Parts: sequence; structure tokens; C-alpha cells
Amino acid sequence: MKDWNSRKKARDERIAIGSIHATGKVVEKDNLVEFLGNVIRSGDRVCIEGDNQKQADVLAKALASLDPARVHDLHMVQSGIVLPEHLDIFEKGIAKRLDFSYSGPQSARIANLLFGGKIELGAVHTYLELFARYFIDLTPNVALIAAVSADRHGNLYTGPNTEDTPTVVEATSYGNGLVIAQVGEIVDKLPRIDIPGDLVHFVVDAQKPFYVEPLFTRDPAAITEAQILTAMLAIKGLYAPYGVKRLNHGIGFNTAAIELLLPTFGERLGLKGKVCTQFALNPHPTLIPAIEAGWVEQIHSFGSEVGMDDYLRARSDIFFTGPDGSLRSNRALCQTAGLYACDMFIGSTLQIDLNGHSSTVTESRIAGFGGAPNMGSDPRGRRHPSEPWLKAGAEADPDSPAPLRRGRKLVVQIGETFGEGNTPLFVEKLAALELAEKLNLPLAPVMVYADDTTHIVTEEGIANLLLCRDKDEREQAIRGIAGFSEIGRQRDAKMVERLRGRKVIQRPEDLGIDPLDADRRLLAARSIKDLMLASGGLYQPPSKFRNW
Amino acid sequence: METLRFELDAPTPASGTRKLALVGVVASGNLEVLLERDAPPQRCIIEVNTAAHGFKSLWDAVVADFAARRAVGGLHISINDGGARPDTVSLRLAQGVRLIEEKEG
Repeated sequence: MKDWNSRKKARDERIAIGSIHATGKVVEKDNLVEFLGNVIRSGDRVCIEGDNQKQADVLAKALASLDPARVHDLHMVQSGIVLPEHLDIFEKGIAKRLDFSYSGPQSARIANLLFGGKIELGAVHTYLELFARYFIDLTPNVALIAAVSADRHGNLYTGPNTEDTPTVVEATSYGNGLVIAQVGEIVDKLPRIDIPGDLVHFVVDAQKPFYVEPLFTRDPAAITEAQILTAMLAIKGLYAPYGVKRLNHGIGFNTAAIELLLPTFGERLGLKGKVCTQFALNPHPTLIPAIEAGWVEQIHSFGSEVGMDDYLRARSDIFFTGPDGSLRSNRALCQTAGLYACDMFIGSTLQIDLNGHSSTVTESRIAGFGGAPNMGSDPRGRRHPSEPWLKAGAEADPDSPAPLRRGRKLVVQIGETFGEGNTPLFVEKLAALELAEKLNLPLAPVMVYADDTTHIVTEEGIANLLLCRDKDEREQAIRGIAGFSEIGRQRDAKMVERLRGRKVIQRPEDLGIDPLDADRRLLAARSIKDLMLASGGLYQPPSKFRNW
Repeated sequence: METLRFELDAPTPASGTRKLALVGVVASGNLEVLLERDAPPQRCIIEVNTAAHGFKSLWDAVVADFAARRAVGGLHISINDGGARPDTVSLRLAQGVRLIEEKEG
């Protein structure tokens, strides 16, 4: 007789064994390692919650303390490889296989472990793609999640940094897996219930808040004039002519400059209300001056940002907030919003090749993707029209009849032709390709594919790839804005001038941009302190950004 | 320090009436550019004092592009370079020409 409920029974067994170490659902921190050793089995698929922002850090540390003789060969399926413990478990032999999305601060070490064969790599995903697989072929047996607080029934308050939690819990708990939450405190009554307690099997009182990285804080003091120039080009050469109202910004300094130029340069161009009214975006502190000046109508967020909570609470017309007044973020839904309901993605990258493929992988670092390839791609399932989407579609394909012509999402890469340490942005061959060859990967980790990229902006100008009609034009359009890098100096100057005549390439002077405006005085805030003041004291910058 | 000197054809005279213009600052990764109108007409002289050695061919490309794109006849340009990247150099040169183009006073 076939048992159709074996997974549920297996979970019940784990709950029974785990309960030996718990009082009701509550596990004391001192019993945590012993508890985990009993409820996690070798070969399990395990998700440690954590992305580029929040981290289930106490549970990660406990997992790394397990005895590999007892628990080994785990298959980690998680958004972020961020904490040292996320890789310690591979070094120690507790975990073996990895499917992930983002690895920012561990990008060098993860590359070493991959080269050394310590990690069996499944794939590098976008967030949304990995979440999707949680429901199809990568459902976790055990999820180790993080919340602000819990009650005795296991109801969870995740607070402003809800992020991945609802998605991880949905897949794991309804998929017959075990959900273990670390919480900062256990209380009698929660401010709001983000996760219902019947989906949560155990709660660990970590006695401290989970770790959050202030990844989306860019100090205006570090914005250069070349970055201001790229931002002016983007605003005047892209936002204005396409009328981009719904968009997502990456985390680089170029997009921070755009945010800080809206109330000054953007205002001068009369663009208020015409661009940047709705965002899928984390609460970037650099957006405060534009919000305060009345530019922005609504923002949905993947997560929160350290220090922004009081500001968000006080601006509930703009941000999504719960009955307790604090922000409700949700990574999966915001990624979906960024994919389907935004007309533009604009972000920075480390390398762009002559086709227009871009990547953040270098010879020694595998930074992963996060959400960029999702936001930075043209959604083929989109069916609703909008002005920028239709205009971009018409530029790419002027000959098709309009009612049957797909629109195009604007996918823009922005940066200076030389990056940190004078590294050129434009390359003949992406390091991602070399890496794929070295590791024998079937797919190179390309951040944004060439056929999704519509524009590239550098301080030398804007290349509109939608208007390129063949491979040669595309290559020269890219060379034509590559400045004095090797790639730029090898341009066909005559062809570049012809492309400029067709507005495939637009230079600052073609757009009437005065180089004297590329001045830090044009930024609506020039320091973190300015941002704090612009928020009326509601933004409380983390100490590492306070230098006054 | 390395000193580089470039003398370039510049058929279009710089417009405006300002006698000199100064943009930028001497700082790491930045540069100071002084523009004066004492070069022969239809010539542009550029002198660079730089702490970063071995970038002559890059400077060649940057100043040639600059002279080809802008009206710089008669300008004598002195640069104190603090190891600025080429994108910053180009921006400062463009800013300098814009500033000297303005009417005096």
C-alpha cells in the first residue's frame, strides 16, 4: 500500500524529536545546536534565510557548529551567501551542493571554494527565479528564518524587513518542510502578524535583532562629477523623452546621483510629475529630497533600509505600511512588480562587452545576481501598454504593424568608462565567460543579456541599442561611448559620427547639457547629514555613515 | 612629476571674452585646469604636470579628441593632474572651455 503522506509523517517525526529540546514551540538559545542536529538530516535541502539585506545570523552560526560526521551533504537553497558561516558549512563538509542568488561580501571566497571543488554548484539565480524553484523542484526540507519577534504560538512579526520570509515559509511549510525562526524577542502580543503561527514549527529566542546590512545607503559625499554627468544624460536623454514614470534603480552611485538631481536639474527641465512617480525600490536614503519635493507618488520595496524606519512610518502615502504603522516589504512581490509593472531598469555593472552583455563577475569574484537580471530583462509575458514601452518597441521594430508589435522595457546600463582602480568598463571578453570555461559551467553568469539591454550611458554619451540595425552598428555604438578605454579608442570614427547623426549615439552637447552643470552643487543633498536634515530628522543614519 | 607638452591645430578660435578660466582642484583623482588666451591663433597649447608616469599615449588621445571637438584656437591650457581618470580630465577640459567662453564680468 503506497503511503501518500510520507513527507508529512517525516515532518511530524522531526517536530516530535525537536520538541524534546523545546518548551512548546520555543527553543532556548543554549539548546540550539543540539536541537538543529536532531531535526536536520544529512542530504536535506536547507534554506538559511538571508539576502543582500537581512540575515538569520544566529541560525546560520548554529548550523555551522553541527558535527559533519552527523549532518552532512546538505543542499543549500538560499538567496544569499553573505555571512562567513554560509561558506564555513561547505568548508567543514556539512553542506555540499548550492543553489543561490547573491553573494556580495563573500564573492571572493565563494570563487575559491568553487575552484577548489568544495562546492557543487547547481546554479546562480535571480531572486525571483530561485523563489519560483522553491515551489517546483527546490522545496526546502528545513527553513531557518528570521523575524523581529514571536508570540508563544509561533506567530511572527517580521517588521519593515519582511523581505523573503513569506515566500520561504509558504514553500517550506505547505511543502511539508520544517520552519524554524530566530526572533529578537518573545512577546505576549505582536505589533502585527506577518507570518501565522501554524506555519512555524519552532521559535528560537536569539535575544538580539537579526543582522541587516545597509546595502542601499549611498553617501552623496562620494558622488563624482563624472557620475553627475552620466545622471544628467540619463534624465535628459532617457527619462524625459520616454516619459519614464514607473521604474527601478540599481544601487550604484550613478543612480544615487539621478535621485539627487531630480529636485534640481529635473525640476529645471520641468519633469516633476512627468517622470519617476512610481518605483519598485528599496527605501534609498538618496531619494528623500525627491520625495520631500513631491516627485514620488508610490514606492513598493523589496526590503527596508537601516535607519529609514521612522521616515517610512511618517510617509505612509508613499510606502506600503501595516496596521502597526511600519513598512511591509516583500521581495518576491516587489521583484514581480519590477519585472511586470516597471518600464525601466537602470543600474551599474562592472563589465560590458561589444555585444552589450554585462556582468559583475571578475576573475576572482562571483558576486551573484540578486534581482538585477530579473528587473533588467524584457518580460515576454507583459501585455499592458504604456508610453515608454510602446515607444521603445517602435524604435526596435519600426516596420511591424503597431497592434501586433511588442513593446520593450527600457533596460539601461550606466557607468563611467573607467571604474574603480582605473578598470575599464568595456571589455573584449567578459570575465564571466572565462569563469564558465574554467569551471566547465554550461551557462556563463551574465547579469544582463545583450538582447535585453536597450541603452548604455557613460560620461561620453548615450548609446541607443534599439536603433542599431545590425551587429556592426551595435559594436560601433558601444565603442562610440567607451571613452578612452582600449575599446573606445578602436572605434570607427566615421561610422560613430554617422550613428550620432541618427541619434543612435547622443553626446552631452547633442542634448544641450552644459558640462559646467556637472558640479556637486547640483546635488539636492551633498552628504548623509543633508539627507537626515531633508527628512526632518526622521532618517537616522547608521553610525558607519555618521562622520559629523 | 612628469611634464608633457602638446601643441595642436585648432582652426576655430575660442569664443567669449574672458581672459582666463580656472576649474577643478589639485587632489587625488582630480585635476586643476587653467586656461589663458596667449597661444598663437589657430593653435592650442596644453601643458600637463602629472604625478602619474607612463600615460603619454592616453594624454595624446584625450587632448587630440578635445581639440577636435571644441573651439579652442588661441588657448594655452595648463593642467595640474592628481592622477585623474581620463573621463574626469575630459570633463574638466570641457568645463574650462565653457567657462572661458562666458562674457567677462
